[in-house]
Amino acid sequence: MPVKAITPDYQGEKLDKFENFHGNQVVYVGWDHHLMFCAPFAYPVSPEMPFQTLLTEVMPEAFGLHPEFQDIDWESVQWKLDEADFIPQPQVALAAQGIGHKSVLRFHTPGLNGYQGAGV
Amino acid sequence: MSKVYIALQDNDESRYIVEAIEEDNPDVTVIHMPAMIRVENNGRLVVRRESVEEKMGRAWDVQELHLNLITLGGNVEEDDDELSLHWNE
Amino acid sequence: MAAKKLNIKDKYRLLTRDLDWEYSYQDRQAAFPYEEFEGIKITDWSKWEDPFRLTMDAYWKYQAEKEKKLYAIFDAFAQNNGHLNVSDPRYVNAIKLFLSAVTPLEYQAYQGFAHTGRQFGGVGARIACQMQSIDELRHVQTQIHAMSHFNKFFDGFQDFSHMHDRVWYLSVPKSFFNDARAAGPFEFMIAIGFSFEYVLTNLLFVPFMSGAAHNGDMATVTFGFSAQSDEARHMTLGLEIIKFLLEQHEDNVPIVQKWIDKWFWRGARLLSVVSMMMDYMLPNKVMSWKEAWEVYFEEAGGALFKDLARYGIRMPKYADVIEKEKEHLSHQTWWTFYTHGQATGFHTWIPSDEELDWLSEKYPETFDKYYRPRWELAKEMEAKGERFYTKALPQLCTICQVPMLFTDMDNPTQTVYRSSQYEGERYHFCSDGCKDIFDDEPEKYVQSWLPVHQIFQGNCGGPDLTGVLGEFYKMNLGADNLDMKGSPDEQRWNQWKGKA
Repeated sequence: MPVKAITPDYQGEKLDKFENFHGNQVVYVGWDHHLMFCAPFAYPVSPEMPFQTLLTEVMPEAFGLHPEFQDIDWESVQWKLDEADFIPQPQVALAAQGIGHKSVLRFHTPGLNGYQGAGV
Repeated sequence: MSKVYIALQDNDESRYIVEAIEEDNPDVTVIHMPAMIRVENNGRLVVRRESVEEKMGRAWDVQELHLNLITLGGNVEEDDDELSLHWNE
Repeated sequence: MAAKKLNIKDKYRLLTRDLDWEYSYQDRQAAFPYEEFEGIKITDWSKWEDPFRLTMDAYWKYQAEKEKKLYAIFDAFAQNNGHLNVSDPRYVNAIKLFLSAVTPLEYQAYQGFAHTGRQFGGVGARIACQMQSIDELRHVQTQIHAMSHFNKFFDGFQDFSHMHDRVWYLSVPKSFFNDARAAGPFEFMIAIGFSFEYVLTNLLFVPFMSGAAHNGDMATVTFGFSAQSDEARHMTLGLEIIKFLLEQHEDNVPIVQKWIDKWFWRGARLLSVVSMMMDYMLPNKVMSWKEAWEVYFEEAGGALFKDLARYGIRMPKYADVIEKEKEHLSHQTWWTFYTHGQATGFHTWIPSDEELDWLSEKYPETFDKYYRPRWELAKEMEAKGERFYTKALPQLCTICQVPMLFTDMDNPTQTVYRSSQYEGERYHFCSDGCKDIFDDEPEKYVQSWLPVHQIFQGNCGGPDLTGVLGEFYKMNLGADNLDMKGSPDEQRWNQWKGKA
């Protein structure tokens, strides 16, 4: 049942639809087993942005504070897009490779186990 | 059997109420914490008007308990003579 | 002739039940339009019991006495410069959080019970809701009054109700109550009257308030205990409504169980903020969050659910997850606030070495393994003059609205990700508990006002974070927020104590 309401056929207004973000879409990015950052980050970015731009111009500002960030070998990083294994194409736009509005991108960095190896 | 409990503000009136509870419920555990006294018992606990009146040396209405009460746990039953807490299992 | 004194049972009957009337020329159903749409079946309202049998005359008499005691202590606290007697100025930040996160909920409870009481066809339930509604209004007033003393001496108290409506982390408590109030009257009673009052307020108003006393704050402990003495009545009301619903009709049992599952989960998420108040914000400790949880949730809640088992009610779904989370909750939550300390309306800090050791002792299974290293990193960064503030906004759970900070209890360094698709949109959750709530009523939760998304949509001022925090939230930047170290609060305290 979509909702229990006193009003018949009650419908809610979707507050987070793509049209409300002035041309941007929201993409969430999380670094597995690195809880220096308490939660995945949310980024409002253009669907036309190439993946490489997300990686080199958007993510470093916040993720770059982690002492292991500079040691990441991006060639060996394992990605998940919306819970499925994913191989990003650096020069292709986000939307064109299936990274849509409110998609979750997770990356796993084998060999880097967080500050003091504690998943931090 | 689960524990019922009652917590009272740690003040002069509660001291008498706790004494009365201890007398009427010999198995209770009394725990002192900052500013509060927690009294717990297995299954059942009763606060009797007569016992509290004897300790205080004055008339006492069971509903006055609300003035010093902080919290309680268990099914409540109250009449003019006592307030009791119990679990039904 | 001397008037005969009525016993409380007769008095309750005359002053409550006998105030009701029959509907002779109006349709009773039209007078109580909200009673049926939730699917709850009531056959006989007269079976409603109020064990305290409180009548309005006695209510006013005892509430007036409680108020006299309470305000005498407020006066004494103010006249004695009570703010100078708190254990440590860090403590006051817990009170700032209380004022902006909890006090406005008392106002929502006041409105919610006034509305709900009106919707019940039974006079006993109506009167009990009326008293609770008035109690909740008293709680708002006494809390604001008590904390107004601190407002004269510390930053961050000035715009609590404005902040409650707007600030990112305050959308967690606000949306909790909005969800309950947007439900029907019976769900509201299970949500607030039962789940919230019976188990959850105890955790806030008993061990935390005992902690306030232990930290020298007589004003707060007194309003807390005075409020909780009303809550003792509310909890009893909550338990009565649940027994009443379960006894009225067997069809009510699965509906009530679903609401219990939903509201215990929502309550557990809401309490994550209380967990850190206990473990991190009270400089003098009374008990750990884990210990408080064991006494007031596992022991008291366990007893309650054993008692309800004869109606076919079982423990709330995911109680096993909640039990494991007690080892992690406060650490994950305080870290979230510490790392977002530039965007909070109160100060945050690294725990002292003694406090870190206390946490290791209280959480031997988890603290040194998972959480002490975070503080080692924070200390290292602070020593380099680079106090850690997170530089991007977090993803939030669509239901509880908490940043997605909760981890897999079988793999505690991994964030939990859950999601659902509804009408072509993705929605994200911190847990199975929150996902179930969405999946049951998606049309309600597509309306979640998620602060991070609202900022991105340009609805919260800006364009930069300073605009959001300073203009839209009305925080005094540089005074209300940032680390305790070097704050104006700390400087004033040192001056008062001659430590400047």
